Amino acid sequence: MALPSLDSPSWQSPVRAFAWGMRSVTSTVLTLVLFATYLGIGALAHDTHFSLGWVLASTVLVWAGPAQIILISTLGSGATVVQAAIAVTVSAIRLFPMVVSVLPMMRTPQTKRRHLVLATHFIAVTLWVECFRLFPQVPRERRIAFTHGLGIGLCAVCLFATALGYGLAANLPPLLGAAILLLAPLAFLLSTARNCRQLSDVLALVLGLALFPLASLLNTGVDILISGISAGTIAYGVHWWRERA
Amino acid sequence: MSEFIGDWQALLVLVVAGFLPNEVWRMLGLWFGGGVDEGSELLVWVRAVATAILAGVIAQILVLPPGALASVPDGLRYGAVVAGFAVFMLTRRSIFAGVVGGEVVMLGGKWWLG
Repeated sequence: MALPSLDSPSWQSPVRAFAWGMRSVTSTVLTLVLFATYLGIGALAHDTHFSLGWVLASTVLVWAGPAQIILISTLGSGATVVQAAIAVTVSAIRLFPMVVSVLPMMRTPQTKRRHLVLATHFIAVTLWVECFRLFPQVPRERRIAFTHGLGIGLCAVCLFATALGYGLAANLPPLLGAAILLLAPLAFLLSTARNCRQLSDVLALVLGLALFPLASLLNTGVDILISGISAGTIAYGVHWWRERA
Repeated sequence: MSEFIGDWQALLVLVVAGFLPNEVWRMLGLWFGGGVDEGSELLVWVRAVATAILAGVIAQILVLPPGALASVPDGLRYGAVVAGFAVFMLTRRSIFAGVVGGEVVMLGGKWWLG
């Protein structure tokens, strides 16, 4: 599926931009990855005795796969609400730099913060990657409506997958579980690699992969944050040095 | 409705331990990122950090695999990702081909190892 050209009349109404956002759900393999991940989350919730309504509500409200897996498995293993909240909070820190880097691409001088609240809620790995890929083909003043369409479309797919996984839980073979868990790192790696725009992005990806095993030796509980900030800063440093030279 | 969701305590747990810990970071990003200029150098750094944190998440799943993935031997897990990346490069950066290639190597390896 190709989006219409930037000066096409189909971008003139926000409703049509919303519809193009929804249709873009079918243009990415990440939709399949999300589908499989949420199939797994539905099955996990069933096996840990959460209700169907609860796990569907978590898909809408939390909207971050890894956070939901952590939430369900920590609560399911008998941890307290406070312990679960801390584990989820640490895993969610990555959302902050994602939101900060995407929002300036959605804004126009007329945009108020409240216009961005719903779009901000939808930002997680998939939407972050897709915004960088698709926004150059979407006129700036239609990007918020487009994001709402894409976010609601992806959320609908995930709700369906959550319910399906919940229903099928007892019948999923274990090898499928391993295949589903391998999908996320494969797809995240390849989609990030394809989106790398400049040297700093490539370096951040490579160094981020390489530094995590070292940081994990520290066993701090925020290892990902330590390796991420150091790798990102080194990558930026190289970029800065080359720009100057 | 209460049958479907569970009691109000279950919903409260979801809000306190699931919704708020995620939404706090998103809304902080909205508050902070609302004023950053698109072409600014700060954003290059922020994007590099976001990319590197995501790379850390990828590495964590591979190095310290959760659940059923732990049943796949280390060498096979890394091999599958390297194979997926090779297919991705050979197919002019097709994510779909790369993902399928990696999964096929993992499933084939598991089958072959028995």
